[in-house]
Amino acid sequence: MPPAQKFDVVVVGTGPGGYVSAIRCAQLGLSVATVEDDRPGGVCLNWGCIPTKALLRSAEVVSLFGRAAEFGITVGEWKADYAQAIQRSRRVADRMAKGVEFLFRKNKITLLRGRGVLKGRNLVEVTGQEGTQSLEAGRAVILATGSEPRSLPGVTIDEKAVISSTGAVRNETKPASLVVIGAGAVGMEFADIYAAYGVEVTVLEALPRVLPIEDEEVSTQVARLFTRRGITLRTGVSVKAVTAGASGVSVDVDAEGKTETLQAEQVLVAVGRAARTRGFGLEALGVATERGFVTVSPTMETSVKGIYAIGDMAGNQLLAHKAMAEGVVAAEAIAGLDPRPVDYGNVPSCTYCRPQVASIGQSEARARASGREIAVGRFPFTANGKAVAMGEAEGFLKVVADKGSGELLGVHIVGPEATEIIHEFAVGRTLEATLEDIIHTIHAHPTLSEAALEATLAALGQAIHI
Amino acid sequence: MITKVLMPKLSEAMESGKVIKWLKREGEPVKGGDVIAEIETDKANVEIEAFGGGVLRKIIVPDGGQVPVGQLIGVIAEPADDIGGVVADAPKGVATAPGAAAPVRLLPAEETYRSTPATTAVVSMSPEPSRVHAGASPAAAPPPGAGRVKASPLAKKIAAQSGVDLRLLQGTGPGGRIVRRDVETVLAAAPAPPAPVTPLAPPAPPAAARPAFAVPPRPAVEFEDIPLTSMRAAIAKRLPLSKGPVPHFYVTSDVAMDRAWELRTELNALEGSPKVSVTDLVIRACALALRRLPAVNASFQGQAVRVYHRAHIGIAVALEGGLITPVLRDCDAKPLAQIAAESRDLAERARGGKLRVQELSGATFSISNLGMFDVEEFSAIINPPEGAILAVGSVLEKPVADGGQIRVGRRMKMTLSCDHRVIDGATGARFLQDVKRLLEEPLRLLV
Repeated sequence: MPPAQKFDVVVVGTGPGGYVSAIRCAQLGLSVATVEDDRPGGVCLNWGCIPTKALLRSAEVVSLFGRAAEFGITVGEWKADYAQAIQRSRRVADRMAKGVEFLFRKNKITLLRGRGVLKGRNLVEVTGQEGTQSLEAGRAVILATGSEPRSLPGVTIDEKAVISSTGAVRNETKPASLVVIGAGAVGMEFADIYAAYGVEVTVLEALPRVLPIEDEEVSTQVARLFTRRGITLRTGVSVKAVTAGASGVSVDVDAEGKTETLQAEQVLVAVGRAARTRGFGLEALGVATERGFVTVSPTMETSVKGIYAIGDMAGNQLLAHKAMAEGVVAAEAIAGLDPRPVDYGNVPSCTYCRPQVASIGQSEARARASGREIAVGRFPFTANGKAVAMGEAEGFLKVVADKGSGELLGVHIVGPEATEIIHEFAVGRTLEATLEDIIHTIHAHPTLSEAALEATLAALGQAIHI
Repeated sequence: MITKVLMPKLSEAMESGKVIKWLKREGEPVKGGDVIAEIETDKANVEIEAFGGGVLRKIIVPDGGQVPVGQLIGVIAEPADDIGGVVADAPKGVATAPGAAAPVRLLPAEETYRSTPATTAVVSMSPEPSRVHAGASPAAAPPPGAGRVKASPLAKKIAAQSGVDLRLLQGTGPGGRIVRRDVETVLAAAPAPPAPVTPLAPPAPPAAARPAFAVPPRPAVEFEDIPLTSMRAAIAKRLPLSKGPVPHFYVTSDVAMDRAWELRTELNALEGSPKVSVTDLVIRACALALRRLPAVNASFQGQAVRVYHRAHIGIAVALEGGLITPVLRDCDAKPLAQIAAESRDLAERARGGKLRVQELSGATFSISNLGMFDVEEFSAIINPPEGAILAVGSVLEKPVADGGQIRVGRRMKMTLSCDHRVIDGATGARFLQDVKRLLEEPLRLLV
């Protein structure tokens, strides 16, 4: 084995957490090596966020074709080709992953292909196709190994009949029928995509409502709209067994104490993700974990000095944007700056199904349960000119505020471009804006964002357009 | 040589200070070490000395002017030196406290200040924040209250609703911005915690001559708002910083003071030797105990625990409208007589507002004695970054069980407040045991 190459920082994993931390380290004048055992960009760019957004866009276009007459367009014969939608999503993913490699070159970051394993506090051994080499980290090692799809006990994901999201984004063929286990963001996004392409979709959720981490009113609205599109939603249903046979998959479920068996050509397991913490040498070094996630300080340092962990493996929200924020904090801490820790109470949550769902802060129920007096303002997109003109007037925007101070406790959106509109409130909460600050901000007309203004006005009892 | 006279930073919390009075006039010769001005800080009034000699060439900040720490307030130089550059670099804008007749001003300084108002200042008596037009100074700036406070909208709103004065807070948000949690921290600490650091020598009369105990007539108004003096503001700002983040724990011990009392009586009967107080005995005992157990003479420093090998003891002194903790340095190396003389001098000068800059900081441990107020026991709040403070109660005559007999003995309770990040329970207890033993075998205090 050649002698260890020396860098200031070695980053294991190049997903959104890893590549952002690497770039921030490089910006701060540190020499950086990154190690990747799959494709640069991690799950997000290759198998998660980005390809699914490409597929959702295809699904949206398909649905618009279906609605062409509504916009005065007569279309002749047309065909939605799922394989081509998958191919397009691969091209999009490839392009974004190439973008990461470009950014690495631009920032003079070394990229090594292979599995990176910690052999000491500052030593990473990389085993790849070109053999094994050692990297010595002068300042710190950043672990950003991410997460992988979880399954249910007794359910084996074979990526053929029983697939995970990783299998779903690769499969160019679509089944005739699909059972989605889990009505979180991933399950609901795939339900949306497959349903748009004519797949008979049933979504099973063990909790009493879909998108269970969102505000109840949001869940209700999304459930209504999905059901209207012909997607079967079954909540409060627990899966007992999944059996793949010759003619498809049977799913034994327990629904309100009664056992039944559902049949589908494929099953998509979307019950969450588990941190990838094994096989990277963490145990030998005594890196502490808590309930499967690596324990970190506010500056992302693990229990072992000089080893940092960011992103999905470090717990909290398993979201790319949270990982990126943590990557910046870790890099700045390593460079000796005094970074502001990530505010986990102010991470937007986004689901890109149609209509989109986005939220930040507390749900109405949770704000109420906190015991303070709250003010709630709602505004439906049916009263928003831009949404009606777009023909996307389903959904609403809800603002939950502290009645006394006007503090923005939480904002919940179902509707067109909800995932873009939410940032007005993300900024507002970061700056500790109050309801008054939002209403004194002039919102351009006509925009979807006017719903933000109107819901805020509504919380103060001053809504104009409703 | 040109010597810049800067507004000194006298404590961690100090952000600005006020020139009460220049004791030298422009053009007057100055030697290094001369006291040249009196400064009012958030904690106390102090005198500042010249670091270099020459002539006080220029007074940049006139009497009454308030400026941030580190700002140029005057220039000492030889008559031939060109000070134009130094003066030109001084920041423009000197804030003055709202109204020169502001409620806080302790001590004789007030008189001297009032006797010389004509030097420069013309004070508007309007209820609006007044401006001081100072002849030689740069354009007068609005008083501190009129300046922009960096605070989030939510922090401002909560502060307005709860009556918190944002000007007194130090922001922890980006760029020092005051954010919600800063206001909430203050609010959480608002129902005043137990006795803060407390007085050694009270302005109250001794117990011997009991004053008349008259209940004053009921005032006509239902309540009155007394504006915070800068000292009260500093207390309000600093103590939550201790009680909040510093995990306090307390250990209490009861000391037989009979022999110490006798020793003190004998010492005080000696002609020509300084009067020794109970506090002096406690200071000496603590100093020796700190040398035996430096773990208590320690400070939490974030990444390390700093253990001091000098016992610089802060002694809480009650003042009209607040308190101050002057520091008696190297107590472990000073005989009791010297401690007695110096502590008396410190307390007197503290009450007279004549403490020097260097006497206000650097304590490694503190003592607060409320004994003269007939307090049996209490616990004090640690004065960060110190690791502990000893709260001392009255010496009381009590029935004591002694070899199966009840007799009357003199007892004194003391409670050590410890920062648990630095000191553990057993360590605190051992320290207290040492102090107790030293006081119960008081000849040890003399050797």
